[in-house]
Amino acid sequence: MSALISLTKVSKSFDRRDGSTVTAVDAVSLEVAKGEVLAVIGYSGAGKSTLVRLLNALEKPTSGSVVVAGQDLTKLSEGDLRTARSKIGMIFQQFNLFRSRTVAGNVAYPLKVAGVAKAERDRRTAELLDFVGLLDRAHSYPEQLSGGQKQRVGIARALATNPPLLLCDEATSALDPETTSEVLALLRRVNAELGVTIVVITHEMDAVRQIADRVAVMENGRLVEIGDVYDVFSDPQTAAAQRFVRSATHDRPSAETIGRLRAHHPGRIVSVRITDEPGLQQRIDAVFRDTGTSAELVYGGVSEIRERRTGSLTYELTGGVDAALEALAAQGVHAEEEA
Amino acid sequence: MDFSGFLDTIDVFKNAIWQTLFMSVVSLVVSGVLGLTLGTALYATRPGNLFGNRVVFVLLGFVVNLVRPIPFVIFLAAITPLQIAAVGTTAVTFAISLAAAFAVARIVEQSLINVDPGVVEAARAVGASRIRILLGVVIPEGLGPLILGYTFIFIGIVDMTAQAGIVGGGGLGEYAITYGKQRYDYGIIYVAVLAIIIIVQVGQVVGNRLARNAMRR
Repeated sequence: MSALISLTKVSKSFDRRDGSTVTAVDAVSLEVAKGEVLAVIGYSGAGKSTLVRLLNALEKPTSGSVVVAGQDLTKLSEGDLRTARSKIGMIFQQFNLFRSRTVAGNVAYPLKVAGVAKAERDRRTAELLDFVGLLDRAHSYPEQLSGGQKQRVGIARALATNPPLLLCDEATSALDPETTSEVLALLRRVNAELGVTIVVITHEMDAVRQIADRVAVMENGRLVEIGDVYDVFSDPQTAAAQRFVRSATHDRPSAETIGRLRAHHPGRIVSVRITDEPGLQQRIDAVFRDTGTSAELVYGGVSEIRERRTGSLTYELTGGVDAALEALAAQGVHAEEEA
Repeated sequence: MDFSGFLDTIDVFKNAIWQTLFMSVVSLVVSGVLGLTLGTALYATRPGNLFGNRVVFVLLGFVVNLVRPIPFVIFLAAITPLQIAAVGTTAVTFAISLAAAFAVARIVEQSLINVDPGVVEAARAVGASRIRILLGVVIPEGLGPLILGYTFIFIGIVDMTAQAGIVGGGGLGEYAITYGKQRYDYGIIYVAVLAIIIIVQVGQVVGNRLARNAMRR
C-alpha cells in the first residue's frame, strides 16, 4: 500500500498574547496508507485538532512537510491550496452545517465551489443523500434534524467532491452512544464501499475500537505511540497510551479499586493480560494448579477488538505465588503484580 | 383638543408623510449598502478572521468611531458645505444616509461576529475563496440578526428625518415644528407624532417578520 498522507517532522507553534509561544504539534512524522482508517487519540490540548487542520492546510505548519496525495501542501499557493482542500473532506464535532441552506444546499455547496454544473450537482447531491439515508430530508433545514442526521449531512457534504481522504474532528463527541454507533457504522461504509482513507481525531476509545485500523497516541503535541489498534489496546507501551486504554477498557483496576480489593483480599493481587492466543486460560489454570497456587478472580474484563480477544483478569493469589509468576513468565503469559 | 388646524393643513400633512417615507426608505437603502460594505470590511479584517489585518481594522474602526458620536443635528450643520443641494429633502436624505451608514457598519459587524466560526471553517475546508465565503456563507448565515439590525436602524432613521425638519428638510418633523410648535397647535403635533408612531410600528412588524423567516431556517 502506498502512503496517501506523509508528515515529516511537522511542528506548529502559536504565539500567545503575552509573547510566549505554544507548540501545539511537535515534530510529528507519520504516514497514512491509502484506504486505511487511522485514529489519533489524546487528551484535550494534546494537539490532535491542530494536527488534523495541518492535513488540509487550514493551518500552515511552522516547520516540516505535509504531503497529501503526492502534493506538498506547504509549498502550494493560496489558489492551489483551495483546489487541494476540495479533495480533502472534513467533518466536525458541531457539524458546522450552513443553517441558511437546506440539506441539499449544504451537500451541493462544495460542488458549487468546485464549479460543477447544476444538473450534475443535483444528481450527485441526490446520490450522496441516498448513500447517507437522508434523501427524504433534502429540502429540510439543518435545524429540523437530529444530531445524528446532521452529522450524516456533514458526511455527505464532505464526500461531495469524491475526496480520497476524509478528516473527522471529534465527529461523534457531541452524539449519544447509539447515534455514535450509527455514524461510525456509516464511516465504516464510507471506508469499505468508497475506499476513502479516514483520519479520525477523538478522545473516545469506543470510536477507536469500532472504526480504526491503526491508532496514534498524542501527548503534549508529540506522537508518542502508533500501532495496530489491537496491539496498542492489548499492550500499550507508553504511559500515555496505558492511561488511555485503561480509562476506556476498564479491565485493569485503578489504584483506588486495588485499595478496596486489599481490604477484602489479603493475598497478592496479580493482573494477567488476556490475548487471543488459543488455550491461554487452560495454561494459566495449569500453572496455578502445578504451583499449588489458589486463585480468586477479583476484577477484570475480556472483550473484542477488531474481532480479536483482548482484556485483563485480576486474581487474588495465595500459596506458591512467586513460583506461579515465574512459570507464567516462562509460558509467555504477561502477569503483573499490582502495586 | 382642537384639530381644525390639522384639517386646514391636511395637504401639507399628506405631503409630509410622503417626504418622511421617501427620506427614510432612500436613506435606509443607501446607508444599508454603504454600511454593509463597511461593516463587512470591519468583520473581515478583524485579526483572526478571513482577511485579518490589524492596521486596516483599526483604521476602519477609527473612522467609524470618529463620525458616530456626533449628534445628528450638529452633523447636519457640519456637512452642509458637502451637500449637493443646500437645503431640502434631497440634501437631508444625503446627510441621513451618510450618518446612518456608520451606525449600520457597527450593526453589521456585530451581526456577523455572531456567525458561527465553524461554518466559516467548513467553507474554507471545501476550498471556497474568502470573498465567496463572505458573500455566500457569512452574510446569509447572519441574515436574521442583520434584518433585526436594519429594522433598528430604520427607526433611528425615521428619528433623523424628524430632526432634519429643523433645517428645512421637509417631512413630518418639519410639519410638526412649523405648523404645530410655532403656532402652538398641539393637535397638529399629536397627529404628526401618531403618524411617526405608525410608520415605526409598521417598520418593526415587517422587520420582525422578515427576520423570523430568515431565522426559521
